[in-house]
Amino acid sequence: MSIPMEHGLLLAGILFCIGLTGVIVRRNIIFILMSIEVMLNACGLAFITVGARWGAADGQIMFMLILTIAAAEVAVGLGLLLQVHRRFHSIDIDQASSLRG
Amino acid sequence: MTDLLWLIPLLPLVSFTVLFITGGRLPKIWVAALGVGSIGVSALMVGVILAQWNSVPVTQTLFSWINVGGFNPKISFYLDGLSLTMLSVITGVGFLIHVYSSLFMEDEADCSRFFAYMNLFVSAMLVLVLADNLLLLYLGWEGVGLCSYLLVGFWYDDPANGLAARKAFVVTRIGDTAMALGLFLLFLHLGTLDIQPMLAEAQVVWPDGGTLATIAALLLLGGAVGKSAQLPLQTWLPDAMAGPTPVSALIHAATMVTAGVYLIARTHELFLLSDVAMMTVAMVGLLTSLVAAFSALNQTDIKRILAYSTISQIGYMFLALGVGAFASAIFHLMTHAFFKALLFLAAGAVVYSLHHEHNIFKMGGLRKKLPVAFWSFIIGGAALAALPPTSGFFSKDAILLAAYEVDPWLWAGGLLGALLTAIYSFRLVFTVFFGEVNTEPSEPAGRRMSIPLMVLGFLALVGGAIHVPVDQVFPVPTEVEHDSLIAIITPLVPLLGVLIAYLIFLRRSVDLSSVLDSTVGKAVRQFFFSHWAMDWLYHYVFVVPYTFIARINRNDIVDMVYEGVANLSTILHYCVSFTQTGQLRWYVATMGLGLILILAIALGVL
Repeated sequence: MSIPMEHGLLLAGILFCIGLTGVIVRRNIIFILMSIEVMLNACGLAFITVGARWGAADGQIMFMLILTIAAAEVAVGLGLLLQVHRRFHSIDIDQASSLRG
Repeated sequence: MTDLLWLIPLLPLVSFTVLFITGGRLPKIWVAALGVGSIGVSALMVGVILAQWNSVPVTQTLFSWINVGGFNPKISFYLDGLSLTMLSVITGVGFLIHVYSSLFMEDEADCSRFFAYMNLFVSAMLVLVLADNLLLLYLGWEGVGLCSYLLVGFWYDDPANGLAARKAFVVTRIGDTAMALGLFLLFLHLGTLDIQPMLAEAQVVWPDGGTLATIAALLLLGGAVGKSAQLPLQTWLPDAMAGPTPVSALIHAATMVTAGVYLIARTHELFLLSDVAMMTVAMVGLLTSLVAAFSALNQTDIKRILAYSTISQIGYMFLALGVGAFASAIFHLMTHAFFKALLFLAAGAVVYSLHHEHNIFKMGGLRKKLPVAFWSFIIGGAALAALPPTSGFFSKDAILLAAYEVDPWLWAGGLLGALLTAIYSFRLVFTVFFGEVNTEPSEPAGRRMSIPLMVLGFLALVGGAIHVPVDQVFPVPTEVEHDSLIAIITPLVPLLGVLIAYLIFLRRSVDLSSVLDSTVGKAVRQFFFSHWAMDWLYHYVFVVPYTFIARINRNDIVDMVYEGVANLSTILHYCVSFTQTGQLRWYVATMGLGLILILAIALGVL
């Protein structure tokens, strides 16, 4: 039994919006990073769903790429997190606002 | 020798550069040697060229100056009889004046600066008369204007001198602007500024004159009027007497102020195309000579009398140009350079011995004390008044007779001017050198000042015998048998003037004090003393409205547009920088909103 494409895309859209809301609402950098992961995986799900619908391998290849980028992003993000914590003694993203115009 | 023509203007320029760069660190004897020597060598070279002259014009092209789209003026010199005459006057009289200055300016701390400017002036003047195209001529034209400014304001410690220099510069600039417009017009319609091809082209393009030829000639006349201190731009010359006396002799009597005469003589083919232009030149000359002569009658400052007489004599040259007697104009230019330089230098010698006293009524009885200055003034005054057999007689006589041929009224006006000239020049001579001694003079000037006076005195006396080599340059005037009555009256009028001056100022047998001291007489005298109130008029007609507008426009109306642009950018800058909160979450939210907006537009929802 195959899942209809609309369901997959709807789920991906809902996941993306949840992740975006997390990024906007959360002040803790760790949670922001996690929300970004959710957004990335929502994109991945959309690729997989559409790839399955057309019976093409492109969607799976894109998902592999997103997976790798997500891993790299987490590494960089955690490094930045450490730096932010060292400089501001907090992991509240609103503290790091010295680029205010 | 003509191969080395380019050296003649270059030598004074080199000397200027050396004096300018060393800036007064050279010993004074070197400064004088360099300043006088460079002009001396140039004068010598001109003398050799003059001796070998065979009336064949020489063109010497040095290099291309500008080359843009068919506009190709060159640094190129053109030597014919006219420019050779000018060369001789500039280097010859210039050399004598430099010799004189070497003593006159000896005590001056800024002697080096003085000679530097004088050399630069001579160089620019030589470029002016040698120029093969009008653009190079214009370069020399502006160069002499600059030097005039620098030298009038030479004693810059006194603000009055600076003001006089500025006035000279600004007033001549009005004429220069007209001349520049004339050059544009000529280039636009004739396609070249090289003088000889341009004049030939003018006769082809405007065969029977017409409006454009008249306008071009009048614009050139505007430049000439400014530089030569003619109506209505003559007010700067009397004030220019603020400069040292050798400057007045060289720049404001012998050479620079005659540049306008040279310009018109140089482009006379253009002026001949238009009767209106020729008549304007003649009228300007006649009116100026009369206006200035009336003013000269009432002055008390020895140099101002000479300044007004210069304006008046250049008026005669313009009159000669206007009636087509170009050779007579150049002849009068040369004799005027001799006798007016002589008068100025002699006046300088008087002033020098009287500790800078300029008022002629505080002088008197200097005949025995300063014999060289006295005889210089007698010769110079006689030549200025055109008494036979001095040089001034021959040149002015020729001008007046030529004027008679065109219009007897021009002759009559010129004759009235000649009468006034005789009266005011001998009023000066009688007041300064005869009568009682009012101020005791110190030692008379030394040899370096008296020898140039003697040489110039000799030239002013016998200069009438010199034949100016301009026969090939100008159309030959038709020989006319003059009415014998006219030919007799013309030379007699100056003698009458001298007699009147003798009776009034020396014998005092004619007492005019009751007339002169009446209310009307005083008012008239004040009117002439102030040079027909022209300075007053110009002050209220031009200067006051100009400063008024300048004051209104202090904040620059045109600038407001640009300030508005700047203010708008600043406001926009604050709007945009307001969005830069530094809050990451705010950026994300706005990006998301923006994305939604773009998607909505792309999908056609909005």
